[in-house]
Amino acid sequence: MRYATTWKRPPQIIKNRRLAVALQVGFAIWFIAALATLDLDWVRMTEGWSRAVRFAQGFLSPDFTSRWRDISRGLEESLTMTLTSTVVGVAISIPIGIGAARNIAPRAVHAVCRSIIAVSRAVQEIIIAIFFVAMFGFGPFAGFLTLTFATIGFIAKLLADDIEDLDEAQVEAVRATGAGWMQVINYAVQPQVMPRLIGLSVYRLDINFRESSVIGIVGAGGIGATLNTAIDRYEYDSAGAILLIIIVIVMIAEYGSSYLRKFLQ
Amino acid sequence: MLDLQGLIKTYKTGDRAVNNVSLSVPKGQIVGLIGPSGAGKSSLIRCINRLVEPTAGRITLGGTELTGLAPRALRRQRRRIGMIFQEYALVERLTVMENVLSGRLGYVSFWQSFTRRFPPADIARAYALLDRVGLSDHADKRADALSGGQRQRVGIARALAQDPELLLVDEPTASLDPKTSRQIMRLLTEICAERDLPAIVNIHDVALARQFLPRIVGLRAGQVVFDGSPADLTDAALTRIYGDEDWDAMRRAEADDQAEAREALATQDAMAMA
Repeated sequence: MRYATTWKRPPQIIKNRRLAVALQVGFAIWFIAALATLDLDWVRMTEGWSRAVRFAQGFLSPDFTSRWRDISRGLEESLTMTLTSTVVGVAISIPIGIGAARNIAPRAVHAVCRSIIAVSRAVQEIIIAIFFVAMFGFGPFAGFLTLTFATIGFIAKLLADDIEDLDEAQVEAVRATGAGWMQVINYAVQPQVMPRLIGLSVYRLDINFRESSVIGIVGAGGIGATLNTAIDRYEYDSAGAILLIIIVIVMIAEYGSSYLRKFLQ
Repeated sequence: MLDLQGLIKTYKTGDRAVNNVSLSVPKGQIVGLIGPSGAGKSSLIRCINRLVEPTAGRITLGGTELTGLAPRALRRQRRRIGMIFQEYALVERLTVMENVLSGRLGYVSFWQSFTRRFPPADIARAYALLDRVGLSDHADKRADALSGGQRQRVGIARALAQDPELLLVDEPTASLDPKTSRQIMRLLTEICAERDLPAIVNIHDVALARQFLPRIVGLRAGQVVFDGSPADLTDAALTRIYGDEDWDAMRRAEADDQAEAREALATQDAMAMA
């Protein structure tokens, strides 16, 4: 018996070779066509470059003092927005997350909670912020509502997913003692998902601060609003200072939350 | 005490896990339920406390019919039935004490259980049970800090905290070594004798069943094909339950196994003496 001496890896995703080649060629054509319509304008590129240099100069000599009052007010707003929206958002997410877990919630409740989550996740923060600013006017209140809304989609979904893959045996054991639904949640579900819920909340706090600086640009208050104003006034040195502050706070939050999550696992 | 009549469980997939089982267990009797994997042992005991909803048949416990109870009434009846699980099914991140006290959940209000303020009598009972299973020093440890045998003891204490009238035991020794398995079986039989408790014990290990359980019920494809004492459990009976196998060889292995366990115990005793 002679065995073959050559071997080729069989196609894994698209079994039909012709189809695979056609898709690859099609994708390449699409990419080149899309690139052609981008309208590269060298004049605007060079102008943009000179502005970038000015911006870099402002960045290298950040001015913290002349606009410090605005900056500190923006920071305070941002931090307030971040904390309140995270706390309120997580508090609302917990019942929604429990309701959205298929293994413990009735079918109807599950459907309602999953739709709330889907809506919250489908709409991007900036779009929600534009709506809330239109409804409640400029300022941090609109930002608070935006971040709360976004937090619900994030925490409730991940909490529900976590509840859906918990250890059923523990739930069954507590149910077998004659415990009621709330007691089952408190004794069998909560201990299993708590570390992850805390970790996610801290992570969301971190995300909410970053988002708070973005949604400020569309008028929802906070440090983003201050940054937007500074750029509008061509005060690149102040803008540089604001960016540096944002970067430092985000880094602190990032390290802090990852340390805390590691500690909780 | 416990009476099953024409119990049937058909799953949505069409599998008939329990097929017309009638069985009655008097007070104080421990019944071993043996049978191949998928014979419906697990489904059968879960039908009794209705963790699995039976399709047809009647279950009565001490005169109360359990089938057809509304949720609230069912929870009240579940308090009377203690359950011990394979792989222990303790809530890993709770303390040993909380796990034992969770046996009282059917008796206390949500608020009492949420704040962990159980009645003094419940706490005293929990300590007494931990002492009975030999874990009085471990009350404040987290359940996942214990060894397998210790965890199963907590599982037993949790079931007893309910002050049950019936124990359902699902593969209590499935993940334990031979020696610990025997210790757990001995503890279970002693406790049932002390309290005159009836119990149904699902068990994989025929040797263990023979050694500890006075009555053995064999299940095959959801039906009772054997019901008798260990002495009646002949090769023919085993073949009826499990299908053809070389039972002689198995019995020799069992004997080795038991001798080994005895030896291990003896060595341990000798070491304890020294």
